[in-house]
Amino acid sequence: MSGGGKQHFDKVVFKRPDSLVDVKTHFCPGCHHGIAHRIVAEAIDHFGMREKTVGVACVGCSVFLYDYIDVDVVEAPHGRAPAVATGVKRALPDHFVFTYQGDGDLAAIGTSEIIHAANRGENLTVIFVNNTTYGMTGGQMAPTTMLGQKTSTSPYGREFSNDGYPIKMAELLAQLEGVAFSARVATSSPAQIRKAKEAVKTAFDMQIRRMGLSVVEFLSTCPTNWGMKPLDARNRVLGEMIDYFPLGTFKERKQADFV
Amino acid sequence: MKDADAGTVHREFVKGNEAICHGALAAGCRHYFGYPITPQNDIPEYMSTHMAAHGGVFLQAESEVATINMLLGAAAAGKRVMTSSSGPGISLMQEGISYMAGSELPAVIVNISRSGPGLGGIAPSQGDYFQAVKGGGHGGCRIPVLAPHSVQEMYELTMHAFELADRYRTPVMILGDAIIGQMKEPYTPGLCEPPGPIDKPWATTGCAGRPRQHVKSLYLKDDDIERHNWKLHEKLQRIEKAEVRAESYHLEDARIVLVAFGTAARVCKTAIQWARKEGIAAGMIRPVTLFPFPKTLVHETAGKADLLLVVEMNTGQMVEDVMISTSHHDKVRFMGKPCAMPTPDDILAEIRLLAGKTS
Amino acid sequence: MRDMDKTNTDVIFAGFGGQGILMVGNLLSIAAMEEGRQVTYFPAYGVEMRGGTANCTVVISDDEIGSPVVGHPRACVVMNAPSLEKYQSMMSPGGTLVVNSSLVEKGDVKRTDLSVLFVDANEIARGVGSLQLASMVALGAYAAKTGVVGIDTLCGCLPKVVSKKYEKFIPLNISALKEGASFA
Repeated sequence: MSGGGKQHFDKVVFKRPDSLVDVKTHFCPGCHHGIAHRIVAEAIDHFGMREKTVGVACVGCSVFLYDYIDVDVVEAPHGRAPAVATGVKRALPDHFVFTYQGDGDLAAIGTSEIIHAANRGENLTVIFVNNTTYGMTGGQMAPTTMLGQKTSTSPYGREFSNDGYPIKMAELLAQLEGVAFSARVATSSPAQIRKAKEAVKTAFDMQIRRMGLSVVEFLSTCPTNWGMKPLDARNRVLGEMIDYFPLGTFKERKQADFV
Repeated sequence: MKDADAGTVHREFVKGNEAICHGALAAGCRHYFGYPITPQNDIPEYMSTHMAAHGGVFLQAESEVATINMLLGAAAAGKRVMTSSSGPGISLMQEGISYMAGSELPAVIVNISRSGPGLGGIAPSQGDYFQAVKGGGHGGCRIPVLAPHSVQEMYELTMHAFELADRYRTPVMILGDAIIGQMKEPYTPGLCEPPGPIDKPWATTGCAGRPRQHVKSLYLKDDDIERHNWKLHEKLQRIEKAEVRAESYHLEDARIVLVAFGTAARVCKTAIQWARKEGIAAGMIRPVTLFPFPKTLVHETAGKADLLLVVEMNTGQMVEDVMISTSHHDKVRFMGKPCAMPTPDDILAEIRLLAGKTS
Repeated sequence: MRDMDKTNTDVIFAGFGGQGILMVGNLLSIAAMEEGRQVTYFPAYGVEMRGGTANCTVVISDDEIGSPVVGHPRACVVMNAPSLEKYQSMMSPGGTLVVNSSLVEKGDVKRTDLSVLFVDANEIARGVGSLQLASMVALGAYAAKTGVVGIDTLCGCLPKVVSKKYEKFIPLNISALKEGASFA
C-alpha cells in the first residue's frame, strides 16, 4: 500500500491481537514460537483478560515472552515456572496466570515442579512448547529428542540404551487427578493451528472455571538447530514427530472436583 | 530485683521458632511456603495451623527448590512472604535466592541451621555463616542477615526483616540455630512497631491502567547487566551504611572482648558475668546484623582492647570478618566448637587463660 | 564461683518419655514468668528424643539470662536410673538432687556434696490417682525444697500447660504438686 492512496475496508477480518506487542521477534525463520505466541495472545484477548494476566517466562528461547506479549510477566529460574506461577496464583487467585515453557525447561530440569503443580490441581495454564531440543543453548539433546536424532550432545543420534526414550508429557500429565485438561497440538498446517487455538481457549477456560491445571503441548520446530530448512522442519513435525507424539486431547474434565 | 512491669506487661512463653511466626504474622506476612526439615518444623506446623485464621496462604511445597520459587512468585505479586528451612534446604534455595536478589524481590528466609556439611546432623551449629553472609547464591548476590539471640529477638528481628526486605527490595535472611529455635522464653509482643503497609508499584499484579511490567534478572543487552550490578552494589552500600546493628555488652572498660552471635553469644554472656566476678574485665560485641557486619565497632574496639576472642559454633568463619575489620590481627583469638554448644565453663576457662589467670 | 541463692538457679528434669518431663519443665517456667522472673526453657529435641528419654533445662533469674544450657546444673530432678547416671556427676557442688526413689536405687547416688531428696514419686502419684502424675509430685518436692517458685503459683499456672482435653485432671495435678511439696 505504500505510495498509493489509502484503501478503505469495510470490515477488519485479520489483525494483530491487542495482547501481542508490535515488535519484531528474535525467533529464527521457520520457528513456531511466534505462532504459539500469537495463539496465546488471541486467547487472552478472547477472554478479555489482558489486564488481569500474569505470565511466567521460563529459561530458553521463550524467555523474552515479556517483550512480545503485552501483559505483566515474572521471569522464573530454569524449570521453576510452575512453582513461581503457584506463588503468583496463590497471591492473586482472581488473576489469570500462565507459564510458557520449553521442553528442556518443563520435561527435564522442571519435571518435579510441573508434576507437583499439576498434582495439586493449581489453577494455572501451561503452554509447553516441544521442539525436541534445547534451542537457546545451541541444540543439545532434550528429554524429548527423538531416537536417532542428532544433536550437539548426541552427535551420533539419541540411543535408548544410553539416553532412554523421548518423554510424552501430555500423556503423563493427563494421568494426574489435579489436571483438568491436557492436549497436544501442532502448528504445521492451518487446520492444526485452528485446533491449537481451540485447545488453548479450552485450557484458559479451565483455569477461569477453577477446574485445575490445564496444559497444551505444542509440537514445534527448530530449523536452526535441526539443520533444516523451515519447510523441511515443518514436514518433520507432520511426519516422525506426530507419529511418536500423537496429537489429541488426553484429558478434559467436565466438572470441577469441588462441585 | 523483680521485673517492675511484670504485673502489667503481657509476656508470652513460646519457642523461638514460634516467636518467628508471631513476628511474621504481626508484620503482615500472609504467604508462607515451606518444606519439612529438622530443626525448624515448628514453623511450618504453626503456620499451617494458624495462617488460615489470618486469611493467609500456607502451602507445603514438594521441595525447597519449589518453595523458594513459590516465594519468588508471591513476592513478585507484591505480598509479604516467608519461608523457613535448615542447612541442606537452604542450599537448595540458593538458586532462587540469587534470582530474587537479582530481581530485587523482598522476602524473608529463615535458616534454623543444623550441622553440616552434607546431611551433617541436627546438632546446633553456626556452620552456615559463610553461606549466609558471603552470598550463598551465584553471581555475587548478597543479602542482609540477622542473627537473633533470644526469643524476644526472634519475634522482633522477624518484623525488622520484613521492613528491611520491603525498604530495600531484597531477600533478608534470619540465621538462627536449633537451640534458639527450640528454646522457650517469655517475650513481650508489641515492643516494636510492625512495618506498615508499603506501596509496591513494581509488582506484577496485572497491567490494569498502566503499561506492562516485568520482574526479571536477565539482562542481555549491551552493558545492562553491568549497570544492574552497580545498582545492586549501591543498594548494598546503603544497607551497610544504615542498617548495622550490634549489641555492646560490658564493652566500656573491657580488656578482653568476645565477639559472638546468636546462641554462642548467650553462652558468652554467662561466661562474661562469671569472669567479671573474678575481676577480669571481659565484654562482648554481639553482631545482630551479620551482613552488614559491624566493622566500625570491631575496628574501634580492637584498637582499645587487649584481645578479641571470637567464639563460634564452627571451626572459624565470622573470625574472618573480624580480621577484615581490624589490622590488629595479633590481638585476635578464636575459640570454636563445631556442631556443639560450648558451655560457659569452657569459655570462662579460655578467658582466664587469656587474662593470665589460672584459678 | 557462682551464687547458690535460690532466686538465680537452674534445673534439669530428666526421665523417660511419657513421664511428663517436658510438661513439668514448662510449668515451672511459666510459674517463674508469672512471678516476674526471667526464664529460659530448653528441651532435648529431635533424634535425642527417639529411644524414649526426655530432658529439659530451666534457667531462672532476676537478671538477663545468658546461657540456656548449663554444664554444671545447680539442681536435677531425675525420674529414672539412666538419668541419675547421666547427670549426678555433672552437678555443681552443693546442688539439689531430687530422686524418684520408686525407680532409682538410693545407693546409686554416689555424690556426697549434694543436697539429696528421695521422693517415692510413683507411689505417691498412684495414691493421688494416677502414675502419670509422678513428675508433678517431683516438681512439687523440688519447688518446695528450693523455694524457687511458690506452690500456689505452680497450681495457678496448670491451666496454661494442661490441654483442654485433660482439664478435668487439673485438681489431681494440684494434689500431686501439694503431696510432693509436703515431702520436702
